[in-house]
Amino acid sequence: MVASRAIGSLSRFTAFRILRSRGYICRNFTGSSALLTRTHINYGVKGDVAVIRINSPNSKVNTLSKELHSEFMEVMNEIWASDQIRSAVLISSKPGCFIAGADINMLAACKTPQEVTQISQDAQRTFEKLEKSTKPIVAAISGSCLGGGLEVGVPAAFDMMLTGRNIRADRAKKMGLVDQLVEPLGPGLKPPEERTIEYLEEVAVTFAKGLADKKISPKRDKGLVETFYLTELTAYAMTIPFVRQQIYKKVEEKVQKQTKGLYPAPLKIIDVVKTGIEQGSDAGYLSESQKFGELAMTKESKALIGLYHGQVLCKKNKFGAPQKDVKHLAVLGAGLMGAGIAQVSVDKGLKTILKDATLTGLGRGQQQVFKGLNDKVKKKALTSFERDAVFSNLTGQLDYRGFEKADMVIEAVFEDLSLKHKVLKEVEAVIPDHCVFASNTSALPICEIAAVSKRPEKVIGMHYFSPVDKMQLLEIITTEKTSKDTTASAVAVGLKQGKVIIVVKDGPGFYTTRCLAPMMSEVIRILQEGVDPKKLDSLTTSFGFPVGAATLVDEVGVDVANHVAEDLGKTFGERFAGGSLELLQQMVSKGFLGRKSGKGFYIYQEGVKDKNLNSDVDSILASLKMPPKSEVSSDEDIQYRLVTRFVNEAVMCLQEGVLATPAEGDIGAVFGLGFPPCLGGPFRFLDLYGAQKIVDRLRKYEDAYGKQFTPCQLLTDYASSPNKKFYQ
Amino acid sequence: TSSSGQTKSKKTLAKPNVRNIVVVDGVRTAFLQSGTSTFKSGLCKCKSTSVPKEVVDYIIFGTVIQEVKTSNVAREAALGAGFSDKTPAHTVTMACISANQAMTTGVGLIASGQCDVVVAGGVELMSDVPIRHSRKMRKMMLDLNKAKTLGQKLSLISKFRLNFLSPELPAVAEFSTSETMGHSADRLAAAFAVSRLEQDEYALRSHSLAKKAQDEGLLSDIIPFKVPGKDTVTKDNGIRPSSLEQMAKLKPAFIKPYGTVTAANSSFLTDGASAMLIMAEEKALAMGYKPKAYLRDFVYVSQDPKDQLLLGPTYATPKVLEKAGLTMNDIDVYEFHEAFSGQILANFKAMDSDWFAQNYMGRKTKVGAPPLEKFNNWGGSLSLGHPFGATGCRLVMAAANRLRKGGGQYGLVAACAAGGQGHAMIVEAYPK
Repeated sequence: MVASRAIGSLSRFTAFRILRSRGYICRNFTGSSALLTRTHINYGVKGDVAVIRINSPNSKVNTLSKELHSEFMEVMNEIWASDQIRSAVLISSKPGCFIAGADINMLAACKTPQEVTQISQDAQRTFEKLEKSTKPIVAAISGSCLGGGLEVGVPAAFDMMLTGRNIRADRAKKMGLVDQLVEPLGPGLKPPEERTIEYLEEVAVTFAKGLADKKISPKRDKGLVETFYLTELTAYAMTIPFVRQQIYKKVEEKVQKQTKGLYPAPLKIIDVVKTGIEQGSDAGYLSESQKFGELAMTKESKALIGLYHGQVLCKKNKFGAPQKDVKHLAVLGAGLMGAGIAQVSVDKGLKTILKDATLTGLGRGQQQVFKGLNDKVKKKALTSFERDAVFSNLTGQLDYRGFEKADMVIEAVFEDLSLKHKVLKEVEAVIPDHCVFASNTSALPICEIAAVSKRPEKVIGMHYFSPVDKMQLLEIITTEKTSKDTTASAVAVGLKQGKVIIVVKDGPGFYTTRCLAPMMSEVIRILQEGVDPKKLDSLTTSFGFPVGAATLVDEVGVDVANHVAEDLGKTFGERFAGGSLELLQQMVSKGFLGRKSGKGFYIYQEGVKDKNLNSDVDSILASLKMPPKSEVSSDEDIQYRLVTRFVNEAVMCLQEGVLATPAEGDIGAVFGLGFPPCLGGPFRFLDLYGAQKIVDRLRKYEDAYGKQFTPCQLLTDYASSPNKKFYQ
Repeated sequence: TSSSGQTKSKKTLAKPNVRNIVVVDGVRTAFLQSGTSTFKSGLCKCKSTSVPKEVVDYIIFGTVIQEVKTSNVAREAALGAGFSDKTPAHTVTMACISANQAMTTGVGLIASGQCDVVVAGGVELMSDVPIRHSRKMRKMMLDLNKAKTLGQKLSLISKFRLNFLSPELPAVAEFSTSETMGHSADRLAAAFAVSRLEQDEYALRSHSLAKKAQDEGLLSDIIPFKVPGKDTVTKDNGIRPSSLEQMAKLKPAFIKPYGTVTAANSSFLTDGASAMLIMAEEKALAMGYKPKAYLRDFVYVSQDPKDQLLLGPTYATPKVLEKAGLTMNDIDVYEFHEAFSGQILANFKAMDSDWFAQNYMGRKTKVGAPPLEKFNNWGGSLSLGHPFGATGCRLVMAAANRLRKGGGQYGLVAACAAGGQGHAMIVEAYPK
């Protein structure tokens, strides 16, 4: 989920930044071309202040492209050469975005590391020039300012190692990243966003003038690094080589642990910083541009860029605008899922009814929503007043009052077909004609739920992932009868809730659960073969899964896993076989339901961080023990047995038309199931590593275990023609 | 400022079958900058001495920052001021329009026939505000009360930390947004592109006009008040006409360092009290009084407390005019509460903008800004001062006295208040 975290914005506050100036030198005025119209950048002069406005055409954001870069240098050279201009303000004309970083397409278009290195060196030179500018430059930043954008706005922040965190403007000020904050304005004589940008510019111009006139000094109490990372003492300590070596070692260890060596960039960044400190900044900059070039060519880079594009795609409603906007939502069932759905709805301003059958159930659900909002207050993302206002969008109740106004009902009752039928009939008796009925289920086929509906065209599946407020994916399931407008409506609601959405065809397990099931079956077999859960967890996380396989079963719930495995096992037969369901059944019968019951493969205790294995499972495992097959039981084989079953099933979903596009398959796998982001999703993985290699693996395991590993037709097709790629 | 010669949309705002309600008189203490002289408890003894106290049916007072011991300050003040203990009294609160709320509550009681004679007013004492112990300290003290054994008490006391002692001041910020009013005013001024110079010029105008009115003895609603242990106060002490150069030197008070709202173009913290005697017209005439003015139509409005906190007058003005069937041309005197220069000027610009009227007020056209020559001619809150709870009565009395002096007929009173609320009322001169 690295890619997703790198995208975000400085919200709420606008800010500006003064670049350090180093004296003022008069230069000859070489004739103005300020009137030349440029595509990305224009500038005007207010008194003796040049106002440089960035505005990339036909795009919601400004990105650092080659064109923007060269225009920017042109303009800066004019400004530096002009006698009339004594200072400059750099501002974006787009509300909500300064510069969103480097143009991903520009990087993706590069064929060799040298090309990328060249781009990086050009940018370095620009940043250096800005830093050494003879005239003060004020960067007026409103909205997102990422990566290279941050370097343009804040060169004095020199070589930041970006971890992809979002920094709010007020925090940026505290860190010394920006010098002043300008708060957004409300309504005046024109739209607030427009006037706010204007005001930001006015204030920035005053500052630029003040700096040029030496009325304001750009000095800060402390530099960024001094304030935040190093005290004077540590600054001194850093001059001792031995201490430095220890620090590098420590940082490397920490990064190695966090990335598990799967993401090459952080380690290279440390390398670059090391070079810079040990061999001087020129060597550091050279190393930076070279390493950047190398990184851009890695599979990991391509995988993450692919995910970025996929995510952009899955944030659009390709079904168009629904006929009627959903304003009133009702959620049935105040369990973990129902309350989670309610939470992500009320905080986007949807009036939401949360209905449960019992007062205790309802109270628990309401408390969950409140806690979710209150946690945001603790993190200062919300004020307590805003929390209360948002919470007032929620109505908790035990009956169907108010359902006559509902535009959409999402049911999240227990996964039991007859119960789902019962609530569907009850709901249809009270809702208006246009109201959509959505079912949140992870495995029950929607057409079976819709079988008792009077209006099956209004029935759809909305499969959320737990915890709903954290997991970004929403899987929407359409049946043959679901109307296009119903789908459009469900996608619109999902987007409003902030979800990344894939739309798949109905079928047992849809897409996500169906991919997970065979992998889970393999998990059980591996456990039965004597690999202990801790070891299995470490094998899966070191492959890039965010959560270990055994822990995942505990998180999902052993009973739920068992339920799904039984259901899908019946439908898909031998292909989903592998481990014995006995294991899960026995665990359920002993009450080991996973985290929710305090015991599963692990023991969960409040306040205890390192969880211990549940030794009571040992006896169950012992009774179900199977002999491992040594030819397919190396650590790597175990990892690939899990991943290849997953990937094979994903391709099968595409083959059967459950998936419309490989991109949705990748987004669903990464954002819903934690498929390793560094691999980009099952389809990107096949493209980057070669379908043939995966088919070879499958054949090897097929020899050992049989049909469960037989590669599907589409996969062998791709393997046999190496030029065929899922992404062209 | 007389425009009595003009033809009005309506000859009078009297309505058939509705009681006419009149202001017999109104008085106030001089308004004092907080901390310059402390009124003690007898603050609200300001009263229309000529009124036989027993004829008063009801007393209503507005206040904002309440003293815990006198949460119904109206009753305590009435008793202390020698009103009959048979006269009920209650306290209302609505931020800067608390006194307006007291008056209109009285109007409601008289119009519905419940009362004939009401004393309405307001009081604010910023020199002494309740300062509380911190929540942790309060909790510990309350728990200590309940603790029975010494052991329990000791274990509670052992939890004491020094930071429990840091006190809680009454919030000066909006509860809903945590933004102070001055900060909001600065943003409002910026949103309407009101410059620092415009604000300073307006503030200077307010102080100059107040000084002139004071010198000419026009502020006749002030009654001398003896502060126990100190001198008798007779004059507002915040009126200080300065020069634009002097004012330009001040640093911004809220948005630093580039904001435009300064101490010089804001109203200051003020102590003061005001009161008004309102009656049914027939009762006043029967008692032989010569009323000063009628209280006519009024409205309350509210809007977004974040970005439109101080735009109450903009919303209230067209609404009250429509209700009364008048236009801006009918108004002879305007008395608006001046919280900040920037706030008044932003309201002017909003009232004069078709774009704002259409996009935010749901109106087809603008109402128009009040002509400056009819506006706050005897000074305003910027110069006279602004005791939160007491300003409303001062506005109405200023409007009534200005109408009498200049021979006009209709006055429009308007004010903004914390919480994003606002108020406007039409005052009609009593025929001489």
